[in-house]
Amino acid sequence: MRDVLSPFLAWKNLFRDPVSIRDPLNREAAPRYRGFHKNDVEKCIGCGTCETICQNGAIDMVPVDGFDPKNGDSGLRPRIDYGRCCWCALCVDVCMTGSLTMSNAYKWVDADPDAFRFIPGVDAKSWDGSEHGYVCAEGHHLTALERVPMDEMEPEARISNFDEIVAGYDVARAKLEADRCVSCGLCIATCPAHMAIPQYIEAVRDGDYERGVALLYETNPFSNTCGRVCTHKCETACAVHNEGEAIAIRWLKRHIMDQVPQEKVREIVGKPGPATGRKVAIVGAGPAGLTAAFDLAKAGHAVTVYETRHAAGGMTRYGIPEYRLPYDALDRDVDVITSLGVDIRCDTRIGRDVAMADLHAANDAVVLAIGLHLGRSTRIPGSEHAQVKKAVDLLRQITDGEAFDVPKSAVVIGGGNVAMDIARSLARLQKQIHGKVDVTVTALEDLPHFLADREEVKECGEEGIPIFDARGPQQIVIDDAGRVTGLRTWRVKSIFDDKGRFAPSYDESDELFHPAEMVIEAIGQASDVSLLGEALTEELAWNRGRIAIDPDGRTSVPWLWSAGDCVAGPDVVHAVADGHRVAASIAAVFAERSDARE
Amino acid sequence: MTGRATSSPGGSTAASSPPIDLSSGKYLKLWQGPQHPGITGNMSVELTVCGDEVVEGKTHVGYLHRGFEKLMERRTFIQVFPIVCRVCVPEPDFNEYCYAATIEELAGIEAPERALWIRTLILEMGRINSYMMYLGGQAGALGMGVIGQWTTYVRDLMLDRFEELTGARIYHMFILPGGVRDGLPDGFDGRMEETLREIERTLADVEDVMFHNAVFKKRTKGVGVIPVDLIDRYGVTGPNARAAGLPNDVRKDHPYLVYPELTFEPVTGTDSDMYTRADVRRRDVAVSVDLIRQIIAKMPRTGPLTAKLPNVLHWKIPRGETYVRGECSRGEYGYYTVTDGSGHPRRINVRGPSYTHAMALLEHLIPGTNIADVAALMVSLHTYPPEIER
Repeated sequence: MRDVLSPFLAWKNLFRDPVSIRDPLNREAAPRYRGFHKNDVEKCIGCGTCETICQNGAIDMVPVDGFDPKNGDSGLRPRIDYGRCCWCALCVDVCMTGSLTMSNAYKWVDADPDAFRFIPGVDAKSWDGSEHGYVCAEGHHLTALERVPMDEMEPEARISNFDEIVAGYDVARAKLEADRCVSCGLCIATCPAHMAIPQYIEAVRDGDYERGVALLYETNPFSNTCGRVCTHKCETACAVHNEGEAIAIRWLKRHIMDQVPQEKVREIVGKPGPATGRKVAIVGAGPAGLTAAFDLAKAGHAVTVYETRHAAGGMTRYGIPEYRLPYDALDRDVDVITSLGVDIRCDTRIGRDVAMADLHAANDAVVLAIGLHLGRSTRIPGSEHAQVKKAVDLLRQITDGEAFDVPKSAVVIGGGNVAMDIARSLARLQKQIHGKVDVTVTALEDLPHFLADREEVKECGEEGIPIFDARGPQQIVIDDAGRVTGLRTWRVKSIFDDKGRFAPSYDESDELFHPAEMVIEAIGQASDVSLLGEALTEELAWNRGRIAIDPDGRTSVPWLWSAGDCVAGPDVVHAVADGHRVAASIAAVFAERSDARE
Repeated sequence: MTGRATSSPGGSTAASSPPIDLSSGKYLKLWQGPQHPGITGNMSVELTVCGDEVVEGKTHVGYLHRGFEKLMERRTFIQVFPIVCRVCVPEPDFNEYCYAATIEELAGIEAPERALWIRTLILEMGRINSYMMYLGGQAGALGMGVIGQWTTYVRDLMLDRFEELTGARIYHMFILPGGVRDGLPDGFDGRMEETLREIERTLADVEDVMFHNAVFKKRTKGVGVIPVDLIDRYGVTGPNARAAGLPNDVRKDHPYLVYPELTFEPVTGTDSDMYTRADVRRRDVAVSVDLIRQIIAKMPRTGPLTAKLPNVLHWKIPRGETYVRGECSRGEYGYYTVTDGSGHPRRINVRGPSYTHAMALLEHLIPGTNIADVAALMVSLHTYPPEIER
């Protein structure tokens, strides 16, 4: 009987309130609902990681008006196709800036099917201001944000010698660090040499170091050098930099070079191209000149490089201390270049040992890559004194092993890397000779605007070198006996005037005296262009004291090109990029001439 | 009507029966499905009937093939994660769990404790929803539409809980390799308790109206009996096996997630007919309700939700193979995953219970049934064609 009557219990529901939602069209979704996308396009860097992770191919990176490519921003923004999207939100999880999120809106009616392909944040939508919707849970990152640490010498261990400070990554750590890279390639655009950074980082991940070396040499024959002392602008563009620490691109480059024996590197680089019969002379065996030499030799041209100093390397050898760039690392880079048949003639000064006119006569093209080897002076009272030195001169003396009286106390004027280099080099010598460090750095810029790398500033402090920032040098004080006793500085109020010109203003009431036996000026360098001779100097076009060049590195004289620090300012990787540029330009001119002859 | 059927009617006694002569005019070929994108309709059964009696049924699948297993071989390990839930629409979370678990095992990753509890919670929530869909479908196949309205209502309440926990109602995409995406939202416990009470109330109504119902009993008792000797031979698992008295339950037999820390007994029946299978599932809902209460009471509320993964954009997993299974509402659900050291799975095979239940078993059970019972019989095996066709 129960089985007959029991089903009628269904009728009891007649007396219950309806359970359906009264207004289902306006039901708000849960706060973490994965609804339509939002993008903070100002925060977005167009790295395209969202596009990479999307398994539906629903995201395309497209140019957007008002967003031009710049350092660390491709200028592209994600366009999402809701015909393909599956709302998995992996794009939100992987977003390197946190700009891409989702609203909890889920209704969108439109008669135009193309409307559902849109650029969040650019095409205005009703849910743009939505407060709710899916965001990545705190601490949930699909990529690692912290840099893998590298071993380095403690300050006490390093201060009395010139041994290299950083140890380089071992294989396990390098792989971990390489694994953090999202391969977005923003770094490539920023690197002056446009190195194939994501690709060589991939080679580290794969443990295929020979492929890595081949990739490095496609764009940079100074990878041992750049792997240590590159200004690594790439790392400022790194997508990971937005929410974490940039990939240690520089150290990974060095790691690749550390893993492959020199003979193998030479083998990977290969042989010079078939001889073309063309001859090129390069003045200056620094990174710019030798990079051009490398490219031209690979193309089969006969290259002779003339170098004033005793060894090749230019500023990388004579400007950068050994604790940052050991000479044997630089020697390995130079060795590969000479293995291609490049003839480097050291201790040969143009204008003294060989005339510029002779170079012109004997070669099809000449490249000037003479660097910036003359230190500039502050020209403040007392700066003519013999105990007031130029940083570049002292650094060269240290490299060449020339003896000089290491002062018991010194003050350095300057806030760039050269100032750090000389301060830290002197500190080491003081420790070796006097057993005590007494070097002070004074700089015009305040610390937030320092020109030197942050690591340099940090390591300076660790080595016991105080930095007085925002101090303008006023006078080098000389006592009655004619000895330097120190430097007088005023606090800097501003460095530039309202038109952006260099015109420091000081607070004269805030004066400091920095006692020192020696004052070292490290405020910038100039080229020694005396080798050009009067006629050529006259013939050349100039641009604010530097030789004027076109975008290909050609000077106003048809047979003369110029590259590197002397035309572009101090930077190793810029010099490498310049070297490639002039080599390509020379090769193009040679090709034109060949066509003309045929 | 031309041609000859390839086998004989009568199930296990068929060997002695005469072959079906379609040209005799006594038989009629009838196609049931495919006509419905839901549970049973997107496969089809080719019926040979003699009057009201079905003498042969051949199952045809392939209408829903989407090539998921092949798609997975062309995706990175993280990109497979949003695909897998789509393998089985009504109970997607087992795909997420089994996939994540195989990947974690092969990559040597351990999901944090808190994530394991949340995963268990989600799987039990999904089980209730799957059963609710079944109960409505089973009643509906026998003309009792109101049960479907009730169960759809409580399923919707559970979808609300899914929505607030996972950010989606149907395809949750929440259990990812390494853990889960987020913790429980504020106030979740209370709302879940309300939902559980509503489920219990509805379940009592369903018991009164469906299970103490002369018509339902008449239509289901003694119908579609799975002989116990067939259980292992046909790879029958889950409630279909438990209704025959075998306490097969992966949660007990091969414990996973946090089931060892939970108290429950597998629900079994004795008669192995349609009625018993429905009853086992109804009682299983109550077990899940209890399990959810236990989980809510015991689970840790703090701690990490995901293990540290390698960079998912170029995640490579060493060569290896593994099989991970779980007890879904329909039986043993498993992922067999093979990796070869590359950034993509070499092969993934989805072991869904519907493959065996909806094809071989159904073909075996159909002969001798009444034509009006075929749809209900299909439902009583609780099969989901999307998961047959990966």
